[in-house]
Amino acid sequence: MAAVKINELHKCDLPWIIEYDESKCIQCGKCTAACSFNAIKPAVVERKKSNSIFEKNKCEKVLIIKQNISLDNYCTGCGMCANVCPNDAIKAVRNKDDKYSVAYRAKKADSLKKGGRSNLNTEGRTLDKIKIGRISQMTDPSLDATRHTFEIKTPFGRVLSADKLNFEVKNGKVTPTATLPPNSWIYPVIFGDMSIGAVSWRMWEAMAIATAYLNEVMGIPIRMCTGEGGIPTSLLKSRYVKYMILQIASGHFGWNRIIEAMPDMTDDPAGILIKIGQGAKPGDGGLLMASKVARYVQEIRGVPKADLLSPPTHQGLYSIEESVQKMFLSMNAAFKFRVPVAIKVAASATSVSVYNNLLRDPYNIVGGFFLDGLAGGTGAAHEISLNHTGHPITSKLRDCYLAAVHQGRQGEIPLFAGGGLGQTGSFAADVFKLICLGANGVFCGRTILEIAGCIGNDIGKCNSCNTGKCPAGIATQDKCLVSRLDVDTVAQNLVNYILATDFELKKLMAPVGCSTLPIGRSDALITVDKHISNRLEIQYAC
Amino acid sequence: MCRIGAIKSKNKVHPSLALKLMRSQQEGHDDSGFAFIMQDMGGLFENYKDLPLLSMAATTEGTRITEDILQGLGFSRVMQWSPDINNKKNLKIEAMQNYIFEVVQYPRSYKHATKEEKEELLIDTALKIRTALEKTNSGYIYSFWPDTLTLKEIGSPKDIGTYFNLWEGNKDLVSSIITAQCRQNTNYDIVRYAAHPFFLEGYCGLVNGENTFYEKNKYYQMKLYKGYCGFESDSQCLLYTLHYIHKILKWPLQYFKHVITPLEYDEIIKRKDKDTLLRIKASLANLEINGPNTFLGVTPDKELICVCDSKKLRPVVIGKNDNMVIMTSEVIGINDVMPDRNISDDIYPSENELIIIKDDLSTQRWQQ
Repeated sequence: MAAVKINELHKCDLPWIIEYDESKCIQCGKCTAACSFNAIKPAVVERKKSNSIFEKNKCEKVLIIKQNISLDNYCTGCGMCANVCPNDAIKAVRNKDDKYSVAYRAKKADSLKKGGRSNLNTEGRTLDKIKIGRISQMTDPSLDATRHTFEIKTPFGRVLSADKLNFEVKNGKVTPTATLPPNSWIYPVIFGDMSIGAVSWRMWEAMAIATAYLNEVMGIPIRMCTGEGGIPTSLLKSRYVKYMILQIASGHFGWNRIIEAMPDMTDDPAGILIKIGQGAKPGDGGLLMASKVARYVQEIRGVPKADLLSPPTHQGLYSIEESVQKMFLSMNAAFKFRVPVAIKVAASATSVSVYNNLLRDPYNIVGGFFLDGLAGGTGAAHEISLNHTGHPITSKLRDCYLAAVHQGRQGEIPLFAGGGLGQTGSFAADVFKLICLGANGVFCGRTILEIAGCIGNDIGKCNSCNTGKCPAGIATQDKCLVSRLDVDTVAQNLVNYILATDFELKKLMAPVGCSTLPIGRSDALITVDKHISNRLEIQYAC
Repeated sequence: MCRIGAIKSKNKVHPSLALKLMRSQQEGHDDSGFAFIMQDMGGLFENYKDLPLLSMAATTEGTRITEDILQGLGFSRVMQWSPDINNKKNLKIEAMQNYIFEVVQYPRSYKHATKEEKEELLIDTALKIRTALEKTNSGYIYSFWPDTLTLKEIGSPKDIGTYFNLWEGNKDLVSSIITAQCRQNTNYDIVRYAAHPFFLEGYCGLVNGENTFYEKNKYYQMKLYKGYCGFESDSQCLLYTLHYIHKILKWPLQYFKHVITPLEYDEIIKRKDKDTLLRIKASLANLEINGPNTFLGVTPDKELICVCDSKKLRPVVIGKNDNMVIMTSEVIGINDVMPDRNISDDIYPSENELIIIKDDLSTQRWQQ
């Protein structure tokens, strides 16, 4: 009788099981070459030649594809093997009885790291339970999405109330008499904020190309946030930097180069985003595993090849007042108060307090409040953070907006929301609904990656951005894997997607009779969920 | 769709003219009410132009509550006028018990008060009366301001005219400016406060339209000024914005247009005044209107103004002769009351225009 080895890892413990049809396999080797996780390998096994009991010991050796049983090299379900197989001989099948997360911790005495998305999205999405229910009909006509003009732009930067503009009335005209905080008008969707390092140089370049093209050719003033990982010097010194929002986070990665390049910059960046927190792993700093710290990442960031952990908070800032005085003032001063400086925080029960403090700051130097919900993605995180910390974006955005309304200060610090937008395939609808709930705009990462070819999902498929083995060439610095990503195609798809989104936004603005963004127009929304109705203060419908 | 009208005349005119102006536009209303505001009064009120004139409708209890408040604050009655009621049968009107039009003297302590102090007293008093009447559901205060008379009632405009004997002109009840609407606001509840024209501190406004940014406007205005209250109609928001821009911020009238229908960014950046307009567009984004709207307004300087939404989705026409200017929704109304004018002088404002009729009836057409 064979010994049963209970405490050894078994195929049945892994999250995905390889289904392999020996009869179809032509042993071309494409699947093993394509698998960036080394989850499968060629193997030689013995097979009985015949089932006849009269032909004893008649065996043969055959070549097959075998699944690795390993905590490090395991199948993530990415599907690349099936993708390349010419004969449909192999595929990954989800294992409902998987015990990987238990086994990993039990064997490694370490927390499990993941990338991509949270994998415990068991609740239905709030945004999907909201509809646009206030349709213009007889009392006011709907607009025509294809014939009428629409303005899809939003302010970015601190907005002062009219009585604080210090306008002078002279000869029937009003004119500014004082220097006012920097403020620009941008498209309400921001590509962000994924660093060179978290994503491959090709992915980052594709986003930058799409951003420039949308601005210069399509007339859509979209902005891209660099993420905390610096920006190529050549881009800093080019005129295209005006479309880039430079991020600074607690690791300050990449800022040496930015500071060195400042004297040679011909244009100002679109803004600066101070990252305090992130929705996917609130209370945790950035994390870039050493496997992704390629040579050029080291150069841009000025670091050795090692795990790069940004501290969970900006060192030396003990209170929000200090934060405003030190960080925001120095960031404002960096570009001589010409560039909006915004803050990004993770949605949290404390978000309203932070927002209130910033609204009331007498220096008026906070130019945007980026609120990141728990469904947001990440390059790498401890699974415990990814799955169990955070706050949904929708109600917290609404809380912040209504807190501003309560003080008559809505719009003074533009709100940008992110975290899981487009999760169920309706990106434009998510954007529109969040705008109606009070957002000036949104920022998105996941949708961009999916447009680029990311094969992950919210129920455990792939999500291996942290490993450096991204099979789509998106979240890796491995040259072979990165070569799978075609920069021009990704850039083109991004442009196309934004053009489609732009039209779909018009298709939602038109029926509610809005030719400009309906920021805070929650009367346009209804929900069939009583709790959502009460919580968000929108109309209940049934 | 509402039909609205505004008359400005060198000679003082009777509200019967407003009734006749609106009668032929009746297909556009639903027989649900009639309301008008008279400014720059003549006739019986000619000699009281500087004193506050209270216009309200109330039950007997509401009347008593109001009198108590006025007396308590030190106001004293100078003159009272009651409409000549024709209470014949089968009139379609939901009449109140009392209609009060009362000229009062300021409290003695205000003898040397500044204009601003007096205005503050009037708005505070009006709000106090309104709150007290609402608490007891005993009436409606429409205006409490010098040289201004307001009447609003629910019912058929024709019958309301008959009830108050407004069809026959006379020289007692006349003014140089009359704004009127022959309909209650029917998008929301039929309540008297929801009927156009609306009035606040010398500013008057009425709208044919649907302000789809009502919620945005309302949430913002609720915190801007104590007089911005009620919000029974989305159209009140336009009056409050006019008041905010012109009276509180003290900006010229054309900025009212820039606020409610701001130019698109791409147009603004080509202009010399782009710095100003971009700031206004951002700072007062919550006062932008959307949807189809034609706004007619009156300022304390006795000027009429007319603006339309940014896509010109609702009609309006301005007709004039040497003695009178009329702004209204449909030309048929002007044809009825001003048939001999030169129709080639009629103005059909565009989506970018602000029309100002100055006190001397001269016309300013300002392009945004």
